Amino acid sequence: MSDATDTTAGTVRLEVARTSPGDAAGRRDVFEVPYDDRTSVLDALQWVKDHADPTLTFRWSCRMAVCGSCGVMVNGRPVLGCETFVRGYRTSGLVVEPLAHAAVLRDLVVDTDTFLGKLAAVKPWLVPDGAPRLPLVDAPSRAAGSGGEVAGPTTPDGDDALRAHGPSSGHVQTPGELAAFKGFAECIDCMLCYAACPQLEPAPDFLGPAVVATARRWDEDSRDAGELERADVLDTEHGVWPCVQVGACTQVCPKGVDPARALRDAQRVAEQTWEARQGS
Amino acid sequence: MSALRVERADVVVVGGGAAGLSAALAVAEAAARGEGRAPVVALVSKVYPLRSHTVAAEGGAAGVVGDDDSLEQHVADTVAGGAGLCEEDAVRFVVERAAGELYRLERWGLPWSRTDDGDVAVRRFGGMSRARTWFAADKTGFHLLHTLFQTSLRYSGPDGPVRRYDEHHVLDLVVDDPGGPDARVRGVVVHDQHRGEPLLLAAPAVVLATGGSARAWGTSTNAGICTGDGTAMALRAGVPLRDTEFLQFHPTGLPGSGILLTEAARGEGGVLLDAEGRRYLADYGLGPETPVGAPVPRTMELGPRDRLSQAFWHADRDGRTIPTPDGGVVLLDLRHLGAERLAERLPLVTGIAKQFAGVDPATEPVPVRPTAHYTMGGVRTDARGATSVAGLFAAGECASTGLHGANRLGSNSLVETLVVGRAAGEAALERSRAGVADGGAGASPETAVVDRAAAVADGYLAMRGRGSEPPAEIRAELGRVLDADVGIYRDADGLRRALAAVEDLRARYADVRVTDTSAVLNTDWATTLELGATLLVAHATVAAALAREESRGAHQRLDFPATDDVPRHSEVRLGPGGAVEVTHVPVGSAAEHGVGAGKSARTTATPFSAGRGGDA
Repeated sequence: MSDATDTTAGTVRLEVARTSPGDAAGRRDVFEVPYDDRTSVLDALQWVKDHADPTLTFRWSCRMAVCGSCGVMVNGRPVLGCETFVRGYRTSGLVVEPLAHAAVLRDLVVDTDTFLGKLAAVKPWLVPDGAPRLPLVDAPSRAAGSGGEVAGPTTPDGDDALRAHGPSSGHVQTPGELAAFKGFAECIDCMLCYAACPQLEPAPDFLGPAVVATARRWDEDSRDAGELERADVLDTEHGVWPCVQVGACTQVCPKGVDPARALRDAQRVAEQTWEARQGS
Repeated sequence: MSALRVERADVVVVGGGAAGLSAALAVAEAAARGEGRAPVVALVSKVYPLRSHTVAAEGGAAGVVGDDDSLEQHVADTVAGGAGLCEEDAVRFVVERAAGELYRLERWGLPWSRTDDGDVAVRRFGGMSRARTWFAADKTGFHLLHTLFQTSLRYSGPDGPVRRYDEHHVLDLVVDDPGGPDARVRGVVVHDQHRGEPLLLAAPAVVLATGGSARAWGTSTNAGICTGDGTAMALRAGVPLRDTEFLQFHPTGLPGSGILLTEAARGEGGVLLDAEGRRYLADYGLGPETPVGAPVPRTMELGPRDRLSQAFWHADRDGRTIPTPDGGVVLLDLRHLGAERLAERLPLVTGIAKQFAGVDPATEPVPVRPTAHYTMGGVRTDARGATSVAGLFAAGECASTGLHGANRLGSNSLVETLVVGRAAGEAALERSRAGVADGGAGASPETAVVDRAAAVADGYLAMRGRGSEPPAEIRAELGRVLDADVGIYRDADGLRRALAAVEDLRARYADVRVTDTSAVLNTDWATTLELGATLLVAHATVAAALAREESRGAHQRLDFPATDDVPRHSEVRLGPGGAVEVTHVPVGSAAEHGVGAGKSARTTATPFSAGRGGDA
């Protein structure tokens, strides 16, 4: 992370919600943090940890908005700390809090296990259709190809000494079939949409936006045959039905996933497949 | 001594990235096949697996599929890139299994980018003579990690076969007779960051899949978690580190932060321009200049990464870069690709440029400069990940199988995580099943193992609330030292300076301050433990760099520009009293490696200490 102290443009007021394990009361600490045009919220938190209070506890890793570790509330809005810049808060100051609608473990670190439990419940893996797989392409040629200037070692029979191991084919999937689910596959499991969703308040067991988006990512994958199995999980009291289509999830998603659409689709699928699922 | 909780597993995997998940899934699949008693694999991650740094890999994974391609050609390209230091058996092992593992991921649902006919698409990559890089837009690592993780959920549970230990920080390996002929692994000591207590995970086989250590450099593509933990553990356990001086500098990082802009940007046709807007690579031996938008393999922007980073260094010295507070920069020009193709093929690059550099690549070129990226050396293993300690395996970036040699080709590392991760998982299970659940004949009794583990845990836990040296200052200073003197080009003066600095930082670390005394989620303590590992690996790296008095691949010496006739690996071991010792062994000799392989008559030993070596 860049150290803002060298080319600082001044300081900004950073208020952080603090919670110690086993102490529900919590407190607020205020820091004056130096910043410049490139200082992210994550940089500001790291400045506090390095220069003011090493006990400040938060998660981070990739710094490039793809690992999903650093979600926090900034002035009441769920964001990724690494891609949110302090310069936008120079007059208002920042109030940084742990993500809403999750148990706080310490300071800005919230429970992730409940979320992962919900994720596992919708079977987020490819359920095979049982069809035999035809070769996608020919198996790799054993001798060098057309431009093959390389002569490798040969076996006594004169064959190429190398041989391919493992499956040599997969599914055929057109770019259009890929596009049907690719948007939902962009979810980084950062849980911002859970913090934003008002329904997690009255219904904390709601599967929630990201998990339903991932369920639909597999449902919509042309290679998958698990839609009915997942519908049994989604079509429950705490499955897709707590959603009332406020759309806050889609608004806060840092990756452009549209969980609100996933929930709308999942509710429709639940209704359409109800009869089919009774027989099974 | 505090009481220590003990849990048992057949295999422990340390690290939840692509290599660790591949190893765990290999064990899980063996369980699903119902061969004997169902094994349990303990998957330990200091974060959550889906936060692992695999997530940030962008470009793709190499596997031969095209009619115009061949396994031999992939081997030849890899060996050429490796500049004499590839272990050919490891190259062949990975290349033969590459496409199979990528197809396995296809069958698990990875959203590979496709041709119009629905086949898996492949793209060109630097140093590869054919298009053989499978990709999922420019988020290949992200999709690979999530596909593996979500597939692992199918096998996850408290009863196994995959038992996850998320946010458990591994403190050390427990090894019988470390460094000796009967060295064998007995488990790992971990700290449960949620419960706030240590734990011994006892197992006859451990797979290290802990990633690289390039976070040590100040400007780096690496995530905060890439701190060399497993590499340091293996070294302490008596396993040599091989070729650690070979650190890949990626030619296109964002200035300052070092965030990666994938090589796929050039594979798709992006070009590099100097301050005058000229394709400067042509003037530094990478020509002839190719038409814009029509990249030619192994030429200009698609040359090997080490060559591109070296060309930047020369261009910077020749005054052809644009000065900025972060040093000179050149421009990555993607404008000719157009907004639509950028959105389809390079969405992450586009987003990063907009968000972190304030530049829309569809309308403006993106300023870039080289950034520390990939640790080509690491824990010495054979092609299947076995180390010289019985039961201990390593896979992925922390390992040195010999695949990458002196310079890794882009898209060879993701496939290595899959192939070697799987192989190491299978080999670890095999060892576990060979009836050595308690370590086998001659192993110390488990009570002794528990006592040793408890002592290890107590030692690390005692760091809390002690010391006077702020870890943040040591970390920042290490980054500055490596950036300044252990970069693209090195010389003896700079490396001696760096060695003295790293030794000084290690001495300061002996009195490092851990302010936070909390048991639960103590990240002050955990990141300070990481810093200790990073310092040790950095020490090994600088010592090996100073000892290699030649230029080869990613290791370029201004004072030794020639390449030795005989390529030799460096190996670093810890000597008596913790001294860092460097030896050199010929390529190919590792095939027979036991613990003693580095001590043959053919090796030369150099003790490396700035105190003894002098810093004149």
